[in-house]
Amino acid sequence: MDLLGYGAFFLTTALIFSLVTLGLNLQWGLTGLFNVGLAGFVAIGAYTSALLTTPDDAARLGGFGLPILVGWLGAMVVGGIAAALTGMATLRLRSDYLAITTFSVAVVVQLVALNAQKLTGGPFGIGFIPRPFGSLAETPLLFNLSNLAVVCAVTLIAYLALEHLSRSPWGRVLKALREDERAAISLGKSARFYRVQAFAVGGAIMALAGALQAHFTGFIAPDNYLPILTFQVWVMLIVGGSGSNLGAVIGSILVWGIWAGSGTLTSVLFPPEQQARAASLQIVAIGVMLCVILLIRPNGLFGDRPRRPRFGKRARIAEAKSSSGS
Amino acid sequence: MSLQFVVDGLLTGSMIGLGAIGVTLTYSILRFSNFAHGDFMAWGTYATLAVVSAIGATFGKVAPIAPLSFGWPLLVALVVGMAFTALLALLLDRVLFARLRSQGQAIIVVMASFGASMALRSLLEFTFSSRPTYFSRAIQIAMPVGFGIRITPDQIALLLLTAVLVLGVHLLMTRTQTGRSMQALSQNAALARIVGIDVASVVRVTWIIGGALACVAGVMIGILVQIRPFMGFDMLLPMFAAAILGGIGSIPGAVLGGLIIGLAEAGAVQLIGAEWRAAVSFIILMAVLFVRPIGLFGVRER
Repeated sequence: MDLLGYGAFFLTTALIFSLVTLGLNLQWGLTGLFNVGLAGFVAIGAYTSALLTTPDDAARLGGFGLPILVGWLGAMVVGGIAAALTGMATLRLRSDYLAITTFSVAVVVQLVALNAQKLTGGPFGIGFIPRPFGSLAETPLLFNLSNLAVVCAVTLIAYLALEHLSRSPWGRVLKALREDERAAISLGKSARFYRVQAFAVGGAIMALAGALQAHFTGFIAPDNYLPILTFQVWVMLIVGGSGSNLGAVIGSILVWGIWAGSGTLTSVLFPPEQQARAASLQIVAIGVMLCVILLIRPNGLFGDRPRRPRFGKRARIAEAKSSSGS
Repeated sequence: MSLQFVVDGLLTGSMIGLGAIGVTLTYSILRFSNFAHGDFMAWGTYATLAVVSAIGATFGKVAPIAPLSFGWPLLVALVVGMAFTALLALLLDRVLFARLRSQGQAIIVVMASFGASMALRSLLEFTFSSRPTYFSRAIQIAMPVGFGIRITPDQIALLLLTAVLVLGVHLLMTRTQTGRSMQALSQNAALARIVGIDVASVVRVTWIIGGALACVAGVMIGILVQIRPFMGFDMLLPMFAAAILGGIGSIPGAVLGGLIIGLAEAGAVQLIGAEWRAAVSFIILMAVLFVRPIGLFGVRER
């Protein structure tokens, strides 16, 4: 019974992660936009939804007591707008500028979460976030299972919507832009406009995931949104294979399993006073894993088929290989 | 508002500027933004600290040089630390960046540098724990120099050191064959190869300069503030902002950008409060990206 409860809890967390990964897959896998500040967008979603739905609190702004669904929608809108603004600032420039800008967005969101006490509750965060099925909290198993069902449903909807999007004409334009920008532009597609759209939708999905997480745990604090979150999600996407939505979901569950498992392992193997150091070793291991996957299997488990080089030396090598192989 | 913020700003600016030189060089020559650069800083500082303690253990306590808080062991250790950081950068390039670069996808290299940064930083945390340490716990008396400004001997020495290093790198870039090769490669890589420039050696020199200067910047932070595993990561945003503000590829630009950001940060600390310090770099960065994305001394990409 306990095991079932833990399983439901684990899967809920993993699926929330996979929702973030799906958002990142739209940005990076489909469109080739590099977001190293996704923790910031997740945080924006979590805080927006928390502000909209918590009961009134004299110590800070709001607590508007709105229904949970309104909070989720609000999170998506605010997250999408934040991502669109970021995109508009940088998407006409080289891709590295987007990386630097998203990174700094995450730093600033973290700063606001820590210091704007009136808005975010400061380092102590926001509590009393209403939980769906909160009335079931006395029977943990039922509570966990119903939460899992909600998160499953949201992830499934997002997954199906993204699958549909990536096959739609809109998704084909994004792929075309990723593969050969010049050709796509020559067909009259505005590269910047489409990219800002993709980035905004991705940001909205990440914000929704943040809101789900906030309502699942009932409490948020700035510490939940450190760069390590960004890093975990990137590893999930790369392991699963960027470009594939199924890969994003499976990669998330797999990596979260490894992460939670190694966490349990270190807590068993190391004495309590060494725990913090052991935790940093866990991060080293995951970092090395990311680099190794990038080196030996850049397409992950379910990645898009390798892109065919069209021009230059690599294309000729590929051609020679394929002709000698057939 | 007292003018003290000028000294504080120049000092912070020197740290940012020295780091930004490495960022701007890797960006313009190797064509990727290196998220692990901050961690080179931290590794260099911890290496220097380790050598200082090793010297302390062999030679006993060494008296500091007259008005400064540190003696010759720190100077020796700094040189060793610079060499170590340069080697670390070269090693990371050999096992990771060079291989990914040869696959031809620039943004994958950025991602790898992000992963490497996480791993490097956590390794420091594992070895030295996240508790802050110091080169010296001695308290220096700041001398008044007029206009309400006070400055310690350490601060003067470090400002002079920065000036010498920046001048040295500038001369290296403009007056030597190596420097001219580096500029050629950053302006037009294909043409540079055609005229027979040894790309591998230029890449090596880039990492050596970037790593060594990152170590100096880190040690400056260590002397004036404190040593923590996150010290370099926290400098990443100001360094990127400085490199972009100055114009990618420009060394005087990176240093000037660093000084501007340092002064702005110090001013903001006085006016708004220290907790908003990191927002200054962000505001400057966004302003530059909207108004003049090529920066102060940048050239348009070809």
